[in-house]
Amino acid sequence: MSAVLECRNLGCMRGRRSLFRGLGLKLLPGQLLRVTGPNGAGKTSLLRMLCGLLAPAEGQILWQGQPLRTVREDFHRQLIYLGHAAALKDDLSPLENLQVSLRLGGQSPDAAAARQALAEAGLHGRESVPSRILSQGQRRRAALARLRLGDAALWVLDEPFNALDTAATAWLLGLVEGQLRRGGAVVLTSHQSVALDASLPQVSLAL
Amino acid sequence: MSAVPLPASQADVPPAGSWTALRAVFVRDLRVALRRRADTGAALVFFVIVVSLFPLGVGPQLDLLRQMGPGVVWVAALLASMLSMGRLFADDHADGTLEQMLLSPTPLALLVLAKTAAHWLSSGLLLVLISPLLALQFDLGQEAAGVLFVSLLLGTPLLSLFGAIGAALTVGLRGAGVLLSLLVLPLCAPVLIFGAGAVESSIAGLGVAAHFSLLGAMLALALFLAPLAAAAALRISIE
Repeated sequence: MSAVLECRNLGCMRGRRSLFRGLGLKLLPGQLLRVTGPNGAGKTSLLRMLCGLLAPAEGQILWQGQPLRTVREDFHRQLIYLGHAAALKDDLSPLENLQVSLRLGGQSPDAAAARQALAEAGLHGRESVPSRILSQGQRRRAALARLRLGDAALWVLDEPFNALDTAATAWLLGLVEGQLRRGGAVVLTSHQSVALDASLPQVSLAL
Repeated sequence: MSAVPLPASQADVPPAGSWTALRAVFVRDLRVALRRRADTGAALVFFVIVVSLFPLGVGPQLDLLRQMGPGVVWVAALLASMLSMGRLFADDHADGTLEQMLLSPTPLALLVLAKTAAHWLSSGLLLVLISPLLALQFDLGQEAAGVLFVSLLLGTPLLSLFGAIGAALTVGLRGAGVLLSLLVLPLCAPVLIFGAGAVESSIAGLGVAAHFSLLGAMLALALFLAPLAAAAALRISIE
């Protein structure tokens, strides 16, 4: 089976410090990659590199066998990245935020589906309040609702379980399992040990 | 596993084009500007106050006021547009939406153009619209006020476009506001010269066609080049 995402001899420098080098990995469709490591090990940097936000100091990243730079548009159509910040505009409602981020991702969402996704994320009745008044956990749920829509081949999630309660954690785990079963790949970092269905293919990478 | 067709629903949901993404960014920024009227209005109030200080300081010497009027209005417009420029990308950077723009399949330069257009509508255009009123304070005639209006209409989008480059270069930096002004104000000198010059030559009875043509040419060039430069700067700044 051909890898969706492949890294060859990847190296990362922050300032003058080398965080890691010579990193090689292959991510197959339907596979979960969990990146672990202490604070400052370069987990976020690695994730940002995989998305194309950060240029690798050395090495190469391939998307479906092609160098990332040459297939940027196609790659970004197939990618959902959720970073530390929830990417919500404080003055807009979760519904408006969700619709903008879907359109930016190249989808044309209908309002009913977006409402449904937010309701599943536990924000029923809060779709239209300003995001400013949401709690930290609710903001994260609002951002994660995007995973429910669309069919990106790769999810890159930076600490997605942060600030989530047990119910939301279970909901997110369900989403991740659904993505893997559909043949999508997931890369995530997490400090908590998250109990994913053991039958699903997953690899751990300790930085 | 590869037998599972991954883009399951892509057949019935056509991928939205760049236009959808552009409109989404444009409408979002206008909405945010409307909901944060205090921020949007601050630049306008600053503009009105700065321009009004000059007649108060100089006193009722009509000849002097008439001579300095165009320059004063233009300099104030320049400073007022710098005031709001710093937040063009800084807010998006802080809340993470900038990263999502960088990861959009839509070319970043187009998204930058949409953002700049929304920013101009919510800041620069307001300055243009109020300028005829301010022209009265400097005893500018109807014709000169009209020329001032058109010169600002051509010039303020240029200020926003130049400002976008500076804002993109300084996004995420501490003290970005001052640095932004230092970077962008020298770039804006030609706009100031031809903008204020148009009004002066109209008062002097000379034609304004040359000034407007030059401003228009700069605007056409900047519309094409500035978003590309700002997009390249953003990619560097975000690393």
